[in-house]
Amino acid sequence: MRDLTKRDLLSLAACLVIYAAVQGLITLDVIGPFWQLNIVLICINIILAVSLNLINGFTGQFSIGHAGFMAVGAYLSAVMTVKLQLPFPVAIAAGAVAAGVLGFIIGLPTLRLKGDYLAIATLGLGEIIRITILNIPYVGGASGFMGIPRYTNFTWVFLLMVFTVFVIKNFINSSHGRACISVRENEIAAEAMGVDTTKYKVLAFTLGAAFAGVAGALFSHYFYIAHPASFTFMRSFDILTMVVLGGLGSISGSITGAILLTFISAALASYPEWRMVIYSIALIVLMLYRPQGLFGNKELSLKMFSRVTGGGQRGAA
Amino acid sequence: MLKVDSINVYYGGIHALKGVSLEVREGEIVTLIGANGAGKSTTLRTISGLIKPKNGQIEFEGKNITGVPAHHIVSLGISQVPEGRRVFANMSVLENLELGAYLRQDAKGVEADMAQVFERFPRLAERKSQLAGTLSGGEQQMLAMGRALMSRPRLLLLDEPSMGLAPLLVKEIFAIIKDINAGGTTILLVEQNANMALSIADTAYVLETGRITLSGTAKELSQSEAIRKAYLGG
Repeated sequence: MRDLTKRDLLSLAACLVIYAAVQGLITLDVIGPFWQLNIVLICINIILAVSLNLINGFTGQFSIGHAGFMAVGAYLSAVMTVKLQLPFPVAIAAGAVAAGVLGFIIGLPTLRLKGDYLAIATLGLGEIIRITILNIPYVGGASGFMGIPRYTNFTWVFLLMVFTVFVIKNFINSSHGRACISVRENEIAAEAMGVDTTKYKVLAFTLGAAFAGVAGALFSHYFYIAHPASFTFMRSFDILTMVVLGGLGSISGSITGAILLTFISAALASYPEWRMVIYSIALIVLMLYRPQGLFGNKELSLKMFSRVTGGGQRGAA
Repeated sequence: MLKVDSINVYYGGIHALKGVSLEVREGEIVTLIGANGAGKSTTLRTISGLIKPKNGQIEFEGKNITGVPAHHIVSLGISQVPEGRRVFANMSVLENLELGAYLRQDAKGVEADMAQVFERFPRLAERKSQLAGTLSGGEQQMLAMGRALMSRPRLLLLDEPSMGLAPLLVKEIFAIIKDINAGGTTILLVEQNANMALSIADTAYVLETGRITLSGTAKELSQSEAIRKAYLGG
Protein backbone atom coordinates (compact mmCIF):
# COMPACT_ATOMS: atom_id res chain seq x y z
CA MET A 1 0.00 0.00 0.00
CA ARG A 2 2.80 2.41 0.89
CA ASP A 3 4.50 1.46 -2.31
CA LEU A 4 1.44 2.46 -4.23
CA THR A 5 1.08 5.92 -2.69
CA LYS A 6 4.76 6.52 -3.25
CA ARG A 7 4.38 5.62 -6.89
CA ASP A 8 1.30 7.84 -7.16
CA LEU A 9 3.22 10.77 -5.71
CA LEU A 10 6.03 10.13 -8.15
CA SER A 11 3.62 10.15 -11.12
CA LEU A 12 2.02 13.31 -9.79
CA ALA A 13 5.42 14.97 -9.53
CA ALA A 14 6.25 13.87 -13.08
CA CYS A 15 2.95 15.35 -14.32
CA LEU A 16 3.69 18.64 -12.58
CA VAL A 17 7.17 18.82 -14.10
CA ILE A 18 5.81 18.13 -17.60
CA TYR A 19 3.06 20.69 -17.10
CA ALA A 20 5.47 23.35 -15.80
CA ALA A 21 7.91 22.70 -18.62
CA VAL A 22 5.33 22.90 -21.41
CA GLN A 23 3.45 25.82 -19.88
CA GLY A 24 6.76 27.60 -19.39
CA LEU A 25 7.76 27.09 -23.00
CA ILE A 26 4.35 28.33 -24.15
CA THR A 27 4.63 31.50 -22.02
CA LEU A 28 8.16 32.11 -23.30
CA ASP A 29 6.84 31.75 -26.86
CA VAL A 30 9.27 28.93 -27.61
CA ILE A 31 6.30 26.77 -28.62
CA GLY A 32 4.44 28.58 -31.35
CA PRO A 33 0.74 28.44 -32.12
CA PHE A 34 1.09 25.46 -34.48
CA TRP A 35 2.67 23.22 -31.88
CA GLN A 36 0.42 24.59 -29.18
CA LEU A 37 -2.50 23.39 -31.23
CA ASN A 38 -0.92 19.97 -31.58
CA ILE A 39 -0.13 19.70 -27.90
CA VAL A 40 -3.77 20.40 -27.11
CA LEU A 41 -4.77 17.83 -29.72
CA ILE A 42 -2.41 15.28 -28.21
CA CYS A 43 -4.02 15.69 -24.81
CA ILE A 44 -7.54 15.43 -26.25
CA ASN A 45 -6.52 12.36 -28.23
CA ILE A 46 -5.05 10.76 -25.12
CA ILE A 47 -8.39 11.20 -23.36
CA LEU A 48 -10.16 9.62 -26.33
CA ALA A 49 -7.69 6.75 -26.77
CA VAL A 50 -7.49 5.82 -23.09
CA SER A 51 -11.27 5.87 -22.72
CA LEU A 52 -11.75 3.77 -25.87
CA ASN A 53 -9.13 1.36 -24.60
CA LEU A 54 -11.25 0.79 -21.50
CA ILE A 55 -14.03 -0.49 -23.79
CA ASN A 56 -12.02 -2.20 -26.55
CA GLY A 57 -8.81 -3.22 -24.85
CA PHE A 58 -9.73 -4.01 -21.27
CA THR A 59 -13.33 -5.15 -21.57
CA GLY A 60 -12.88 -6.63 -25.04
CA GLN A 61 -15.97 -5.04 -26.60
CA PHE A 62 -15.12 -3.89 -30.09
CA SER A 63 -16.67 -0.43 -30.35
CA ILE A 64 -16.04 2.02 -33.19
CA GLY A 65 -18.57 4.71 -32.38
CA HIS A 66 -16.42 6.85 -30.13
CA ALA A 67 -16.72 9.95 -32.36
CA GLY A 68 -20.48 9.91 -31.74
CA PHE A 69 -20.05 10.28 -27.99
CA MET A 70 -17.42 12.92 -28.58
CA ALA A 71 -19.92 14.83 -30.72
CA VAL A 72 -22.52 14.71 -27.95
CA GLY A 73 -20.04 16.21 -25.50
CA ALA A 74 -18.91 18.83 -27.99
CA TYR A 75 -22.39 20.04 -28.88
CA LEU A 76 -24.01 19.82 -25.48
CA SER A 77 -21.19 21.72 -23.79
CA ALA A 78 -21.42 24.36 -26.52
CA VAL A 79 -25.15 24.76 -25.92
CA MET A 80 -24.37 25.18 -22.23
CA THR A 81 -21.80 27.95 -22.69
CA VAL A 82 -23.24 29.75 -25.71
CA LYS A 83 -27.00 29.46 -25.33
CA LEU A 84 -27.30 29.13 -21.58
CA GLN A 85 -24.26 31.21 -20.58
CA LEU A 86 -23.12 28.63 -18.06
CA PRO A 87 -19.50 28.38 -16.90
CA PHE A 88 -17.09 26.08 -18.75
CA PRO A 89 -16.63 23.44 -16.00
CA VAL A 90 -20.41 22.98 -15.80
CA ALA A 91 -20.50 22.59 -19.58
CA ILE A 92 -17.78 19.93 -19.52
CA ALA A 93 -19.56 18.02 -16.78
CA ALA A 94 -22.85 18.25 -18.65
CA GLY A 95 -21.20 16.99 -21.84
CA ALA A 96 -19.69 14.07 -19.97
CA VAL A 97 -22.95 13.16 -18.28
CA ALA A 98 -24.93 13.39 -21.52
CA ALA A 99 -22.45 11.21 -23.40
CA GLY A 100 -22.35 8.76 -20.50
CA VAL A 101 -26.13 8.51 -20.31
CA LEU A 102 -26.32 7.98 -24.05
CA GLY A 103 -23.60 5.33 -23.77
CA PHE A 104 -25.65 3.58 -21.12
CA ILE A 105 -28.85 3.67 -23.17
CA ILE A 106 -27.06 2.46 -26.30
CA GLY A 107 -24.90 -0.03 -24.43
CA LEU A 108 -27.73 -1.95 -22.79
CA PRO A 109 -29.17 -3.40 -26.00
CA THR A 110 -26.07 -3.45 -28.22
CA LEU A 111 -23.60 -5.05 -25.83
CA ARG A 112 -25.43 -8.32 -26.25
CA LEU A 113 -23.75 -8.43 -29.63
CA LYS A 114 -20.23 -9.74 -30.02
CA GLY A 115 -17.19 -8.96 -32.14
CA ASP A 116 -17.92 -7.80 -35.67
CA TYR A 117 -21.63 -7.40 -34.98
CA LEU A 118 -21.01 -5.01 -32.12
CA ALA A 119 -18.49 -3.12 -34.28
CA ILE A 120 -21.09 -2.63 -37.03
CA ALA A 121 -23.78 -1.62 -34.55
CA THR A 122 -21.55 0.97 -32.85
CA LEU A 123 -20.38 2.26 -36.23
CA GLY A 124 -24.02 2.77 -37.19
CA LEU A 125 -24.89 4.42 -33.89
CA GLY A 126 -22.00 6.86 -34.23
CA GLU A 127 -23.36 7.88 -37.62
CA ILE A 128 -26.92 8.16 -36.28
CA ILE A 129 -25.73 10.58 -33.62
CA ARG A 130 -23.86 12.65 -36.19
CA ILE A 131 -26.74 12.78 -38.66
CA THR A 132 -29.23 13.61 -35.94
CA ILE A 133 -27.07 16.58 -34.93
CA LEU A 134 -26.70 17.55 -38.58
CA ASN A 135 -30.48 17.95 -38.74
CA ILE A 136 -31.00 20.05 -35.64
CA PRO A 137 -31.09 23.74 -36.71
CA TYR A 138 -30.84 24.84 -33.05
CA VAL A 139 -27.19 23.77 -33.01
CA GLY A 140 -26.35 25.03 -36.49
CA GLY A 141 -27.22 21.98 -38.58
CA ALA A 142 -24.93 21.30 -41.50
CA SER A 143 -22.98 24.55 -41.18
CA GLY A 144 -21.94 23.69 -37.64
CA PHE A 145 -22.30 25.34 -34.26
CA MET A 146 -20.37 28.60 -34.54
CA GLY A 147 -19.26 31.25 -32.13
CA ILE A 148 -18.12 28.97 -29.34
CA PRO A 149 -15.76 30.84 -27.01
CA ARG A 150 -12.22 29.46 -26.70
CA TYR A 151 -12.18 28.38 -23.08
CA THR A 152 -9.94 25.41 -23.64
CA ASN A 153 -6.26 26.01 -23.04
CA PHE A 154 -3.29 23.85 -22.22
CA THR A 155 -4.05 23.92 -18.49
CA TRP A 156 -7.57 22.58 -19.01
CA VAL A 157 -6.66 19.78 -21.40
CA PHE A 158 -3.67 18.71 -19.35
CA LEU A 159 -5.65 18.68 -16.13
CA LEU A 160 -8.49 16.66 -17.62
CA MET A 161 -6.12 14.31 -19.40
CA VAL A 162 -4.35 13.51 -16.13
CA PHE A 163 -7.74 13.12 -14.46
CA THR A 164 -8.94 10.71 -17.17
CA VAL A 165 -5.83 8.56 -17.02
CA PHE A 166 -5.93 8.55 -13.23
CA VAL A 167 -9.60 7.51 -13.05
CA ILE A 168 -9.34 4.82 -15.72
CA LYS A 169 -6.07 3.43 -14.35
CA ASN A 170 -7.56 3.12 -10.88
CA PHE A 171 -10.72 1.59 -12.28
CA ILE A 172 -8.66 -1.04 -14.10
CA ASN A 173 -6.68 -1.87 -10.99
CA SER A 174 -9.80 -2.22 -8.85
CA SER A 175 -11.88 -5.36 -8.56
CA HIS A 176 -14.24 -3.79 -11.12
CA GLY A 177 -11.36 -3.62 -13.55
CA ARG A 178 -10.50 -7.23 -12.88
CA ALA A 179 -14.08 -8.13 -13.65
CA CYS A 180 -13.88 -6.22 -16.96
CA ILE A 181 -10.67 -8.01 -17.92
CA SER A 182 -12.21 -11.37 -17.04
CA VAL A 183 -15.06 -10.56 -19.45
CA ARG A 184 -12.49 -9.95 -22.17
CA GLU A 185 -10.60 -13.14 -21.38
CA ASN A 186 -13.57 -15.45 -21.27
CA GLU A 187 -17.11 -14.30 -20.86
CA ILE A 188 -18.56 -17.67 -19.91
CA ALA A 189 -15.91 -18.36 -17.30
CA ALA A 190 -16.38 -14.85 -15.92
CA GLU A 191 -20.12 -15.40 -15.61
CA ALA A 192 -19.44 -18.75 -13.94
CA MET A 193 -17.19 -16.98 -11.41
CA GLY A 194 -20.06 -14.73 -10.39
CA VAL A 195 -19.12 -11.68 -12.47
CA ASP A 196 -22.22 -9.84 -13.72
CA THR A 197 -20.89 -9.60 -17.27
CA THR A 198 -23.68 -7.40 -18.64
CA LYS A 199 -23.20 -4.91 -15.83
CA TYR A 200 -19.47 -4.58 -16.40
CA LYS A 201 -19.76 -4.34 -20.16
CA VAL A 202 -22.30 -1.54 -19.82
CA LEU A 203 -20.29 0.12 -17.05
CA ALA A 204 -17.13 0.20 -19.16
CA PHE A 205 -19.08 1.46 -22.16
CA THR A 206 -20.75 4.22 -20.12
CA LEU A 207 -17.51 5.34 -18.50
CA GLY A 208 -15.68 5.32 -21.84
CA ALA A 209 -18.48 7.31 -23.48
CA ALA A 210 -18.48 9.89 -20.67
CA PHE A 211 -14.77 10.58 -21.12
CA ALA A 212 -15.28 10.86 -24.88
CA GLY A 213 -17.84 13.54 -23.98
CA VAL A 214 -15.19 15.38 -21.96
CA ALA A 215 -12.84 15.23 -24.94
CA GLY A 216 -15.60 16.56 -27.18
CA ALA A 217 -16.26 19.51 -24.86
CA LEU A 218 -12.56 20.41 -24.84
CA PHE A 219 -12.43 20.03 -28.62
CA SER A 220 -15.33 22.36 -29.46
CA HIS A 221 -14.14 25.00 -26.99
CA TYR A 222 -10.73 25.09 -28.61
CA PHE A 223 -11.70 25.37 -32.26
CA TYR A 224 -14.52 27.95 -31.82
CA ILE A 225 -16.83 25.61 -33.74
CA ALA A 226 -18.46 22.21 -33.51
CA HIS A 227 -19.04 20.79 -36.96
CA PRO A 228 -20.69 17.46 -37.84
CA ALA A 229 -17.85 16.74 -40.28
CA SER A 230 -15.43 16.58 -37.33
CA PHE A 231 -17.21 13.57 -35.93
CA THR A 232 -17.47 11.17 -38.84
CA PHE A 233 -16.47 7.54 -38.50
CA MET A 234 -13.00 8.55 -39.73
CA ARG A 235 -12.43 10.10 -36.31
CA SER A 236 -13.57 6.89 -34.62
CA PHE A 237 -11.06 5.00 -36.75
CA ASP A 238 -8.32 7.47 -35.85
CA ILE A 239 -8.93 6.85 -32.16
CA LEU A 240 -9.14 3.11 -32.70
CA THR A 241 -5.84 3.21 -34.58
CA MET A 242 -4.15 4.92 -31.64
CA VAL A 243 -5.46 2.26 -29.28
CA VAL A 244 -4.44 -0.66 -31.48
CA LEU A 245 -1.07 0.87 -32.29
CA GLY A 246 -0.26 1.35 -28.62
CA GLY A 247 -1.61 -2.02 -27.61
CA LEU A 248 -5.10 -3.11 -26.61
CA GLY A 249 -5.13 -3.33 -22.85
CA SER A 250 -2.27 -0.94 -22.15
CA ILE A 251 -2.90 2.59 -20.89
CA SER A 252 0.67 3.69 -21.51
CA GLY A 253 0.28 2.16 -24.97
CA SER A 254 -2.77 4.32 -25.71
CA ILE A 255 -0.93 7.42 -24.50
CA THR A 256 2.05 6.60 -26.71
CA GLY A 257 -0.22 5.80 -29.65
CA ALA A 258 -2.06 9.10 -29.28
CA ILE A 259 1.17 11.11 -29.03
CA LEU A 260 2.81 9.30 -31.91
CA LEU A 261 -0.07 9.50 -34.37
CA THR A 262 -0.93 13.12 -33.56
CA PHE A 263 2.74 13.96 -34.00
CA ILE A 264 2.99 12.11 -37.31
CA SER A 265 -0.15 13.87 -38.57
CA ALA A 266 1.30 17.22 -37.58
CA ALA A 267 4.73 16.52 -39.05
CA LEU A 268 3.14 15.52 -42.34
CA ALA A 269 0.78 18.51 -42.42
CA SER A 270 2.76 20.12 -45.23
CA TYR A 271 2.52 16.98 -47.37
CA PRO A 272 -1.20 16.23 -47.09
CA GLU A 273 -1.12 13.87 -50.08
CA TRP A 274 1.48 11.68 -48.36
CA ARG A 275 -0.01 11.77 -44.90
CA MET A 276 -2.44 8.91 -45.28
CA VAL A 277 0.07 6.84 -47.24
CA ILE A 278 2.73 7.00 -44.55
CA TYR A 279 0.11 6.55 -41.85
CA SER A 280 -1.14 3.39 -43.55
CA ILE A 281 2.32 1.98 -44.18
CA ALA A 282 3.21 2.50 -40.52
CA LEU A 283 0.13 0.52 -39.52
CA ILE A 284 0.78 -2.31 -41.99
CA VAL A 285 4.38 -2.66 -40.81
CA LEU A 286 3.25 -2.65 -37.21
CA MET A 287 0.61 -5.31 -37.77
CA LEU A 288 3.12 -7.49 -39.61
CA TYR A 289 5.87 -7.29 -37.02
CA ARG A 290 4.05 -6.45 -33.83
CA PRO A 291 0.38 -7.40 -34.07
CA GLN A 292 -0.17 -6.95 -30.34
CA GLY A 293 0.68 -3.23 -30.62
CA LEU A 294 3.71 -1.40 -29.29
CA PHE A 295 3.10 -2.34 -25.67
CA GLY A 296 0.90 -5.41 -25.99
CA ASN A 297 -1.07 -5.41 -22.76
CA LYS A 298 1.88 -4.37 -20.62
CA GLU A 299 2.30 -1.03 -18.96
CA LEU A 300 5.36 1.14 -19.24
CA SER A 301 7.18 0.94 -15.93
CA LEU A 302 10.61 1.23 -14.41
CA LYS A 303 10.57 -2.54 -14.08
CA MET A 304 10.50 -2.76 -17.85
CA PHE A 305 13.82 -0.96 -18.06
CA SER A 306 15.45 -3.10 -15.42
CA ARG A 307 14.37 -6.16 -17.36
CA VAL A 308 15.95 -4.79 -20.52
CA THR A 309 19.19 -4.09 -18.70
CA GLY A 310 19.39 -7.65 -17.47
CA GLY A 311 18.16 -7.48 -13.88
CA GLY A 312 14.63 -7.76 -12.64
CA GLN A 313 12.20 -10.57 -12.40
CA ARG A 314 8.74 -10.92 -13.87
CA GLY A 315 6.47 -9.32 -11.28
CA ALA A 316 3.89 -11.55 -9.67
CA ALA A 317 1.47 -8.60 -10.01
CA MET B 1 -29.85 -30.47 -1.86
CA LEU B 2 -30.45 -29.94 -5.59
CA LYS B 3 -33.68 -30.95 -7.25
CA VAL B 4 -34.21 -30.61 -10.97
CA ASP B 5 -37.84 -31.14 -11.86
CA SER B 6 -38.80 -31.89 -15.48
CA ILE B 7 -36.99 -29.03 -17.18
CA ASN B 8 -37.40 -28.38 -20.88
CA VAL B 9 -34.70 -26.48 -22.72
CA TYR B 10 -34.76 -25.34 -26.32
CA TYR B 11 -32.00 -24.00 -28.56
CA GLY B 12 -34.12 -22.12 -31.03
CA GLY B 13 -36.31 -24.83 -32.51
CA ILE B 14 -34.25 -27.71 -31.15
CA HIS B 15 -35.70 -29.41 -28.11
CA ALA B 16 -32.47 -30.18 -26.20
CA LEU B 17 -33.78 -31.31 -22.82
CA LYS B 18 -37.09 -33.11 -22.68
CA GLY B 19 -38.36 -33.10 -19.14
CA VAL B 20 -35.12 -33.90 -17.33
CA SER B 21 -35.43 -34.56 -13.61
CA LEU B 22 -32.68 -35.47 -11.22
CA GLU B 23 -31.75 -35.12 -7.61
CA VAL B 24 -28.46 -34.54 -5.83
CA ARG B 25 -28.33 -35.30 -2.13
CA GLU B 26 -25.92 -33.56 0.20
CA GLY B 27 -22.47 -35.15 0.42
CA GLU B 28 -22.89 -37.30 -2.70
CA ILE B 29 -21.09 -37.54 -5.97
CA VAL B 30 -23.76 -37.73 -8.63
CA THR B 31 -22.80 -38.39 -12.20
CA LEU B 32 -24.64 -37.72 -15.39
CA ILE B 33 -23.34 -39.88 -18.23
CA GLY B 34 -24.30 -40.13 -21.85
CA ALA B 35 -23.06 -39.86 -25.41
CA ASN B 36 -22.11 -36.74 -27.33
CA GLY B 37 -25.05 -34.40 -27.78
CA ALA B 38 -27.24 -36.13 -25.22
CA GLY B 39 -27.69 -32.87 -23.31
CA LYS B 40 -25.31 -33.38 -20.41
CA SER B 41 -23.62 -30.02 -20.64
CA THR B 42 -26.94 -28.34 -21.34
CA THR B 43 -28.26 -29.75 -18.08
CA LEU B 44 -25.29 -28.35 -16.15
CA ARG B 45 -25.47 -25.00 -17.86
CA THR B 46 -29.15 -24.76 -17.05
CA ILE B 47 -28.48 -25.47 -13.39
CA SER B 48 -25.74 -22.86 -13.25
CA GLY B 49 -27.99 -20.28 -14.89
CA LEU B 50 -26.14 -19.86 -18.18
CA ILE B 51 -29.22 -21.10 -20.02
CA LYS B 52 -32.84 -20.55 -19.02
CA PRO B 53 -35.26 -23.48 -19.20
CA LYS B 54 -38.57 -22.99 -20.95
CA ASN B 55 -40.39 -24.67 -18.10
CA GLY B 56 -39.76 -26.94 -15.16
CA GLN B 57 -38.18 -26.05 -11.87
CA ILE B 58 -34.74 -26.16 -10.26
CA GLU B 59 -34.54 -26.10 -6.50
CA PHE B 60 -31.38 -25.66 -4.43
CA GLU B 61 -31.49 -26.11 -0.66
CA GLY B 62 -35.24 -25.59 -0.74
CA LYS B 63 -35.06 -22.36 -2.78
CA ASN B 64 -36.40 -22.09 -6.31
CA ILE B 65 -33.45 -20.99 -8.46
CA THR B 66 -35.03 -21.40 -11.90
CA GLY B 67 -34.03 -18.51 -14.13
CA VAL B 68 -31.71 -16.90 -11.57
CA PRO B 69 -28.80 -15.37 -13.53
CA ALA B 70 -25.47 -17.20 -13.46
CA HIS B 71 -23.54 -14.58 -11.52
CA HIS B 72 -26.11 -14.80 -8.76
CA ILE B 73 -26.08 -18.60 -8.63
CA VAL B 74 -22.43 -18.52 -7.53
CA SER B 75 -23.30 -16.50 -4.46
CA LEU B 76 -25.85 -19.17 -3.49
CA GLY B 77 -23.10 -21.78 -3.22
CA ILE B 78 -23.02 -23.46 -6.61
CA SER B 79 -19.83 -23.24 -8.61
CA GLN B 80 -19.20 -24.57 -12.09
CA VAL B 81 -16.07 -25.82 -13.81
CA PRO B 82 -17.04 -25.19 -17.41
CA GLU B 83 -16.37 -27.62 -20.21
CA GLY B 84 -13.03 -27.18 -21.92
CA ARG B 85 -11.65 -25.61 -18.74
CA ARG B 86 -11.91 -22.00 -19.91
CA VAL B 87 -9.18 -20.53 -17.75
CA PHE B 88 -8.37 -16.83 -18.19
CA ALA B 89 -5.45 -17.46 -20.52
CA ASN B 90 -3.72 -14.09 -20.26
CA MET B 91 -3.90 -13.94 -16.51
CA SER B 92 -1.53 -15.56 -14.07
CA VAL B 93 -2.50 -18.63 -12.07
CA LEU B 94 -2.80 -16.44 -8.99
CA GLU B 95 -5.09 -13.95 -10.73
CA ASN B 96 -7.28 -16.79 -11.97
CA LEU B 97 -7.72 -18.03 -8.44
CA GLU B 98 -8.39 -14.52 -7.16
CA LEU B 99 -11.18 -14.19 -9.69
CA GLY B 100 -12.65 -17.42 -8.38
CA ALA B 101 -13.13 -15.63 -5.08
CA TYR B 102 -14.55 -12.61 -6.86
CA LEU B 103 -17.77 -12.45 -4.83
CA ARG B 104 -16.16 -13.00 -1.44
CA GLN B 105 -15.49 -10.20 1.01
CA ASP B 106 -13.57 -12.13 3.69
CA ALA B 107 -9.92 -11.59 2.75
CA LYS B 108 -8.70 -13.93 5.48
CA GLY B 109 -10.93 -16.79 4.39
CA VAL B 110 -9.88 -16.29 0.79
CA GLU B 111 -6.23 -16.47 1.80
CA ALA B 112 -6.83 -19.69 3.72
CA ASP B 113 -8.69 -21.23 0.79
CA MET B 114 -5.92 -20.16 -1.57
CA ALA B 115 -3.41 -21.97 0.63
CA GLN B 116 -5.68 -25.01 0.59
CA VAL B 117 -5.91 -24.99 -3.19
CA PHE B 118 -2.12 -24.82 -3.45
CA GLU B 119 -1.86 -27.70 -1.01
CA ARG B 120 -4.27 -29.75 -3.07
CA PHE B 121 -2.61 -28.79 -6.35
CA PRO B 122 1.10 -28.37 -5.65
CA ARG B 123 1.72 -27.95 -9.38
CA LEU B 124 -0.27 -24.72 -9.31
CA ALA B 125 1.81 -23.40 -6.44
CA GLU B 126 4.94 -23.92 -8.51
CA ARG B 127 3.40 -21.99 -11.37
CA LYS B 128 1.76 -19.19 -9.40
CA SER B 129 2.91 -16.33 -11.60
CA GLN B 130 2.83 -18.21 -14.90
CA LEU B 131 0.17 -17.23 -17.42
CA ALA B 132 -2.68 -19.74 -17.33
CA GLY B 133 -2.67 -20.14 -21.11
CA THR B 134 0.83 -21.60 -20.99
CA LEU B 135 -0.14 -24.43 -18.61
CA SER B 136 -0.61 -27.97 -19.85
CA GLY B 137 -4.12 -29.37 -20.28
CA GLY B 138 -4.04 -31.21 -16.98
CA GLU B 139 -2.73 -28.19 -15.13
CA GLN B 140 -5.43 -26.02 -16.68
CA GLN B 141 -8.05 -28.50 -15.48
CA MET B 142 -6.57 -28.30 -11.99
CA LEU B 143 -6.61 -24.53 -12.18
CA ALA B 144 -10.24 -24.50 -13.32
CA MET B 145 -11.15 -26.74 -10.39
CA GLY B 146 -9.11 -24.71 -7.94
CA ARG B 147 -10.71 -21.55 -9.24
CA ALA B 148 -14.19 -23.00 -8.74
CA LEU B 149 -13.28 -24.05 -5.20
CA MET B 150 -12.22 -20.49 -4.36
CA SER B 151 -15.86 -19.46 -4.12
CA ARG B 152 -16.22 -22.09 -1.36
CA PRO B 153 -19.14 -23.85 -3.05
CA ARG B 154 -21.41 -26.36 -1.35
CA LEU B 155 -22.21 -27.86 -4.73
CA LEU B 156 -19.54 -28.20 -7.39
CA LEU B 157 -20.59 -28.76 -11.00
CA LEU B 158 -17.93 -30.44 -13.12
CA ASP B 159 -18.31 -30.55 -16.89
CA GLU B 160 -16.19 -33.24 -18.56
CA PRO B 161 -13.07 -32.92 -16.42
CA SER B 162 -11.44 -35.79 -18.33
CA MET B 163 -11.78 -34.11 -21.72
CA GLY B 164 -8.57 -34.22 -23.73
CA LEU B 165 -6.41 -35.53 -20.92
CA ALA B 166 -4.01 -38.48 -20.88
CA PRO B 167 -5.33 -41.57 -19.05
CA LEU B 168 -2.87 -41.17 -16.21
CA LEU B 169 -3.93 -37.57 -15.66
CA VAL B 170 -7.59 -38.57 -15.79
CA LYS B 171 -6.93 -40.93 -12.90
CA GLU B 172 -5.23 -38.17 -10.97
CA ILE B 173 -8.08 -35.73 -11.60
CA PHE B 174 -10.70 -38.26 -10.50
CA ALA B 175 -8.76 -38.99 -7.32
CA ILE B 176 -8.80 -35.26 -6.61
CA ILE B 177 -12.56 -35.10 -7.25
CA LYS B 178 -13.07 -37.86 -4.72
CA ASP B 179 -10.88 -36.03 -2.29
CA ILE B 180 -12.79 -32.76 -2.72
CA ASN B 181 -15.99 -34.68 -2.06
CA ALA B 182 -14.50 -36.23 1.07
CA GLY B 183 -13.87 -32.67 2.26
CA GLY B 184 -17.62 -32.08 2.31
CA THR B 185 -18.39 -30.62 -1.12
CA THR B 186 -21.27 -32.20 -2.98
CA ILE B 187 -20.47 -32.92 -6.60
CA LEU B 188 -22.46 -33.20 -9.79
CA LEU B 189 -20.21 -34.67 -12.45
CA VAL B 190 -20.93 -34.76 -16.16
CA GLU B 191 -18.80 -37.26 -18.04
CA GLN B 192 -18.42 -39.16 -21.25
CA ASN B 193 -15.90 -41.42 -19.61
CA ALA B 194 -18.62 -43.53 -17.97
CA ASN B 195 -16.21 -46.05 -16.55
CA MET B 196 -14.27 -43.54 -14.50
CA ALA B 197 -17.37 -41.59 -13.51
CA LEU B 198 -19.23 -44.65 -12.25
CA SER B 199 -16.18 -45.78 -10.29
CA ILE B 200 -16.25 -42.74 -8.00
CA ALA B 201 -19.96 -41.79 -8.00
CA ASP B 202 -22.69 -42.71 -5.55
CA THR B 203 -25.64 -42.12 -7.84
CA ALA B 204 -25.80 -42.02 -11.61
CA TYR B 205 -28.17 -40.86 -14.32
CA VAL B 206 -27.99 -41.82 -17.97
CA LEU B 207 -29.02 -39.17 -20.46
CA GLU B 208 -29.99 -40.06 -24.04
CA THR B 209 -31.05 -37.44 -26.59
CA GLY B 210 -32.46 -35.12 -23.96
CA ARG B 211 -34.15 -37.69 -21.75
CA ILE B 212 -33.09 -39.51 -18.59
CA THR B 213 -33.37 -43.16 -19.57
CA LEU B 214 -31.82 -44.85 -16.58
CA SER B 215 -30.92 -43.99 -13.02
CA GLY B 216 -29.78 -45.76 -9.90
CA THR B 217 -26.78 -46.22 -7.71
CA ALA B 218 -23.49 -46.14 -9.56
CA LYS B 219 -22.89 -49.75 -8.59
CA GLU B 220 -26.19 -50.92 -10.08
CA LEU B 221 -25.59 -49.06 -13.29
CA SER B 222 -22.06 -50.29 -13.76
CA GLN B 223 -23.37 -53.83 -13.56
CA SER B 224 -26.34 -53.27 -15.84
CA GLU B 225 -26.09 -55.13 -19.12
CA ALA B 226 -27.43 -52.26 -21.23
CA ILE B 227 -24.97 -49.76 -19.78
CA ARG B 228 -22.03 -52.09 -20.20
CA LYS B 229 -22.87 -52.58 -23.84
CA ALA B 230 -23.56 -48.93 -24.61
CA TYR B 231 -20.96 -47.07 -22.56
CA LEU B 232 -18.44 -49.34 -20.95
CA GLY B 233 -17.20 -51.21 -23.97
CA GLY B 234 -18.77 -54.64 -23.52
